Amino acid sequence: MTQLPETTTRKLGLVIDLDTCVGCHACVVSCKGWNTENYGAPLSDQEAYGADPSGTFLNRVHSYEVQPDDGAAQLIHFPKSCLHCEDAPCVTVCPTGASYKRTEDGIVLVNERDCIGCGLCAWACPYGAREMDAAEKVMKKCTLCVDRIYNENLPEVDRVPACVRTCPAGARHFGDLGDPDSDVSKLVEERGGMDLMPEMGTKPVNKYLPPRPKDRIEDQIDILAPLLAPVAEEPKGFMAWLDKALEKI
Amino acid sequence: MHPARSVILFTTLSGLGFGLLFWLGIGLPKATGWIAFVFFVIAYALAVGGLLASTFHLGHPERAIKAFSQWRSSWLSREGVCAVAALVVMAIYGAGLVFLGERWAILGWIGAALSVGTVFTTSMIYAQLKTVPRWNLTLTPFLFLTLSIAGGALMAGEVSWALTLLPVAAAFQVAYWITGDTALRRSGTTLASATGLGDVGQVRAFEPPHTGPNYLMKEFMFVVGRKHAVKLRIFAFALGYAAPILLLTVPFGHWEAALAVVCHLGGVYVSRWLFFAQAEHVVGLYYGKR
Repeated sequence: MTQLPETTTRKLGLVIDLDTCVGCHACVVSCKGWNTENYGAPLSDQEAYGADPSGTFLNRVHSYEVQPDDGAAQLIHFPKSCLHCEDAPCVTVCPTGASYKRTEDGIVLVNERDCIGCGLCAWACPYGAREMDAAEKVMKKCTLCVDRIYNENLPEVDRVPACVRTCPAGARHFGDLGDPDSDVSKLVEERGGMDLMPEMGTKPVNKYLPPRPKDRIEDQIDILAPLLAPVAEEPKGFMAWLDKALEKI
Repeated sequence: MHPARSVILFTTLSGLGFGLLFWLGIGLPKATGWIAFVFFVIAYALAVGGLLASTFHLGHPERAIKAFSQWRSSWLSREGVCAVAALVVMAIYGAGLVFLGERWAILGWIGAALSVGTVFTTSMIYAQLKTVPRWNLTLTPFLFLTLSIAGGALMAGEVSWALTLLPVAAAFQVAYWITGDTALRRSGTTLASATGLGDVGQVRAFEPPHTGPNYLMKEFMFVVGRKHAVKLRIFAFALGYAAPILLLTVPFGHWEAALAVVCHLGGVYVSRWLFFAQAEHVVGLYYGKR
């Protein structure tokens, strides 16, 4: 059913820390690795070793240069995947009922057996979170690793999305954003977590933590700096003669 | 947006076909027997041909039957339901006209309403998308509807109606172009709002996620097509609106009428191509493209 649920019991989602992300793309690789061999159709590649390789990814990392009015430009790495919106426009446009939002945890999923591959849900998503697989001709999207987070065959530490589990910088956090006392909700509160394109009215569950203000390099880098000034002087006497003589040879 | 040929053909042909069905439904012209048969064959060829073309862009057309289920929320599903209902009702109404020489007026009116409804639901598939500000306009359904009904009048040989409605459609077309050109800017969506980094400073896309292209870039970022947009607009306007109006005002026969229809069809096709090629999807902002 492609009507959205009035409310969901929980709002599972990700909190992505733009201050901490180092842009290593490990989350991209682990996401593709897990999801190509688990939930639904594999994530195919086209011409993987050819001149013009492309493929399906559920998570991609952009990099942006941000130039403040004064001071140095900053490079900010920006992972982007499905935001599991509360008011998900991709779900309501689906003509077959293949796209749906789960009542119990708010995860947005695609039932691939019902997907006709019309692509309208990808048109409706402002974030580019949905990609049509070129081999399977069905719509692929982040499942929040629904086959990991409830999977009792995995050790408890692994019951988080693959991207969160693999992030070496600790820039990705997973939890219930509907519970104000959860760790992720506290983190969002503390760091001023934000929505992407709030004007679209999609009410994303995933939040992004803005980069912290950078330290400013004032006139002097360090109080010890003057002591590091070069001490070499022009040579005198015998050393001066030797210097000249050696130059001439 | 990538201008997919199947979707452009569908909206152009079906728009005209359902426009003609609308006029046949309200009983203009009052044809029966063989003449009615020819009209209905043309209308069904256009409407059904367009619908078939639209299935070519589906990944799994064999599951298309499922698309009739979600009419409560989905404009695409509503379009499917409306199209089939219109075709069924108009087939019964047409059979009455062709084989029995009877005009069941109420059935005709219902069929006409469903035909216009189909065009409206098609237009709403585009107009509902906030992600494409150039489509997310009240003018979008008006443009689709006036074009369809004016084109239908032209096909039905209702010259006086065509001469009244073609200028109206042309006015909506020009208004749509002018309003559409500023739609993205007026939507307020920028790279700054897309990344939330506007407070830090001026944001610039530095590196895309991958060196190669992807589905999103192929589907939503069609920059090349905008190069000749102004010339193509003039072309669309001259062919789609000005030429048929001119041809209808001079004394004319069947050949001139056919030429007017062909010109109109060509003009609408170009206009519909621009409708897609010029539309900017906001996801392009993440890639530093429009």
